[in-house]
Amino acid sequence: MRKDSHGAKVPWHTTMAQVELKNVSFTYGDGGPYAVRALDDISITLGGSEMIGIMGHTGSGKSTLVQLLNGILKPSEGQVILDGTDIWENPKKIRDVRFKVGLVMQYPEYQLFDETVRDDIAFGPKNMGMTREEIETRVLEAARFARLDEGLLDKSPFELSGGQKRRAALAGVIAMRPELLVLDEPAAGLDPGGRLEILGSIKEYQKESGTSVIIVSHSMEDMAMYCDRVIVMASGRIMMDGTCADVFSQYDELLPVGLDVPQITHVAAALAKRGVDIGKDIYTVKYAAARLSEYAEEVRRRES
Amino acid sequence: MNLNISFGQYCEGNSILHRMDPRMKIIASILFIVVIFLAKNLFSFALLILSAVVLIAISAIPVRIIARGMKALTFIILFTSIINIFWIKGETELVSFGFIHIYLEGILNALMIALRIIILLVGTSILMTYTTTPIALTDGLEQLLAPLKVLHLPVHEFSMMMTIALRFIPTLIEETQKIMNAQKARGADFSTGSLIQRAKALVPILVPLFLSAFRRAEELATAMECRCYTGGEGRTRMNILHATSKDYLFCAAFVLLGAAIILLNRLGGYALAW
Amino acid sequence: MSETKTPIIEIRDLSFAYPTDDGEAPKNALTNVNLSIEEGSFVSILGHNGSGKSTLAKMMSLILMPDSGSVWIDGKNMSAEDITEEDVLDARRKVGMVFQNPDNQIVATVVEEDVAFGPENLGLPSAEIRRRVDEALEMVGMTKYARHAPHNLSGGQKQRVAIAGIIAMRRRCIIFDESTAMLDPAGRREVMDTIERLNREENITVLHITHYMNEAVRADRVVVMDSGRILLDGTPSEVFSQPETLWNVRLDVPQTTELLYHMKKSGYNVRLDIFDPDECAEEIAAAIRSDRDAD
Repeated sequence: MRKDSHGAKVPWHTTMAQVELKNVSFTYGDGGPYAVRALDDISITLGGSEMIGIMGHTGSGKSTLVQLLNGILKPSEGQVILDGTDIWENPKKIRDVRFKVGLVMQYPEYQLFDETVRDDIAFGPKNMGMTREEIETRVLEAARFARLDEGLLDKSPFELSGGQKRRAALAGVIAMRPELLVLDEPAAGLDPGGRLEILGSIKEYQKESGTSVIIVSHSMEDMAMYCDRVIVMASGRIMMDGTCADVFSQYDELLPVGLDVPQITHVAAALAKRGVDIGKDIYTVKYAAARLSEYAEEVRRRES
Repeated sequence: MNLNISFGQYCEGNSILHRMDPRMKIIASILFIVVIFLAKNLFSFALLILSAVVLIAISAIPVRIIARGMKALTFIILFTSIINIFWIKGETELVSFGFIHIYLEGILNALMIALRIIILLVGTSILMTYTTTPIALTDGLEQLLAPLKVLHLPVHEFSMMMTIALRFIPTLIEETQKIMNAQKARGADFSTGSLIQRAKALVPILVPLFLSAFRRAEELATAMECRCYTGGEGRTRMNILHATSKDYLFCAAFVLLGAAIILLNRLGGYALAW
Repeated sequence: MSETKTPIIEIRDLSFAYPTDDGEAPKNALTNVNLSIEEGSFVSILGHNGSGKSTLAKMMSLILMPDSGSVWIDGKNMSAEDITEEDVLDARRKVGMVFQNPDNQIVATVVEEDVAFGPENLGLPSAEIRRRVDEALEMVGMTKYARHAPHNLSGGQKQRVAIAGIIAMRRRCIIFDESTAMLDPAGRREVMDTIERLNREENITVLHITHYMNEAVRADRVVVMDSGRILLDGTPSEVFSQPETLWNVRLDVPQTTELLYHMKKSGYNVRLDIFDPDECAEEIAAAIRSDRDAD
């Protein structure tokens, strides 16, 4: 943990990165016969010390959106503005944008290539032109955030287990100390234990670093557990944007766009139908259980 | 670097050519190539152009798709033509400037060479790639080469390899793009620096790509084994190729075309140097 | 049903360890596993990564051979000394396998050609292959895509093509080795619906290996694996009534069960084995009502 001279916790960056999309559209194969419009006139601001979830079914444009944030893709129309400047103003500087906006792609374990885990995590910092000592600090810090044992650092990345590989790849991006960390489906294909582990470490990282973290996911359960703000995408547009409570309470609108709300939200709705109204903003089991006991308590009080 | 390659540009359709036996199309292509090289003078070239137009018409492939395919080869066509313009010496000198001499014969020659390349590409791509799926093409090739099995040549294995390669090329291209993006996101730079630096920059792409290709190969082999694949022995096919009399007639037409070209060559006029 | 039929797959006292590099002590991937799969049943094998569930699948599909114990397919001991390649091929005609990565099991460049691949290997006459391919594509709802290139399909569609490839070989039993793990929710639903239909309507024995609870509850029987052993084996109701045991081995229970578990802890008399939101709400509402009446 980083602390100032008085021992108080300080965030990594004194300034908060902010990415703004202004009327952004994106078309794959633009101009060609098979052009597909993936994003349609999107305007949104992302940033601040919080965990943001982007949801949508396959083909809703969410993966395209995250690749625009760090300049892997260039918008067909509109602007991507990072801290006040259009990232495409000077295309030669696009690499600097990628250091500020870290992107962890889907199934990132397939990007591991170096001889040791340590070297692989160091790839980003090395590209940033850092000194040896700095790189070493960054690697250790990133490994700690990704909950990778220091003993694993000198192993070949290919000897690691599936979950460990995923976390090593995550460390490789965290090591760049991005002001904004974007993760595309970080828990895809993992078992429940692996999901908890990686999402937990991401949440912890977000709190400790004070940066903003964006996760793309299909899983509403994960969104409900970890995110402060949820953005729902459907057919290349932003359909909803708000807190978990805002979004999940409109759950009847989410079903038609191929998304499924947590099972617990269905239970709450079914309870309401039976006269047990514990609110529309139920999306975690713990919360539901707490509300239920409150409800029962109140019923008892009213009776007596 | 962009890897937007459309591979095996099969063009969906239901023309006579689409439905034809792929073996016959391969044979017809070979015949057509021979015919093209037989053509020597303007008359025979006129007939060649006519036959190419007829091919396009019966294939029902939109001309703009064919034109787009040709566009990629403009440079080669121009290059060979220009060389011919300067290279060929004739009797009718048109331009003489220092050491540069351009003859009418040179221009005619260049024109014919350009035509030859264009007709060759149009003809073979219509007969094979545009109207035949890659799998039908490999099937056709396998069956045409089947007699070579007697010589213990691995004809089936070869065609299975071709099929799998065709199946996995798009997957691997997509994968390369993904890995490249992932490394770019970590600040990898593929487009600047010296040649050696650039070659080095490819390591973070090639290592994951090879590993993934090996993993895929292994999984595919297991999956094939589980589907009772034991090689070509005892295997039957769902689509049995059978050539109809129409197909034979089609091939015969190319033989006739060749004969006609030889006759036309005798009519004289300027003849191609080679 | 008193008649005892030969199980389609039977595993007897099986142990296995992956070979290790120089000197490292081998760790058992499977230890003394006994399991018998009845013809026509729908069994889910549940376990976290590294619990041995995929190794078990590789045993049953004869990709791996046990160190000790035996695998029996349709009453034949496939681990016996005198098993020939012909016997293995014969067993593979009964038990098919659908793998995790949809890309790495499709061989051909056209959907129907890929479905035909298996039957072609069986040496069937071409008219018969054509019939089976059309039938199999119909069964998984992919007829419309028969002439498409597989690489343009979605993950769920690719898996359905892979399933059609197995159905066309007329397998009596299909093992799904985490076939839904790499799919999005829509793809998972597509594949699960297909699997369920094959079991209910075509009476194909299904062995579904997964770590998704909401998939496991759809089976008739759930086998939970942990560190190479069978931890629980029973109906979904029996298995998911023990949330603590499942949480201990890094597995989840359906959210309905989790909520009911909380209710039970606070003293309500509720069942835990309810997986449908409506039924769950009914149970809770009833419990609260009876609690109030009791006061």
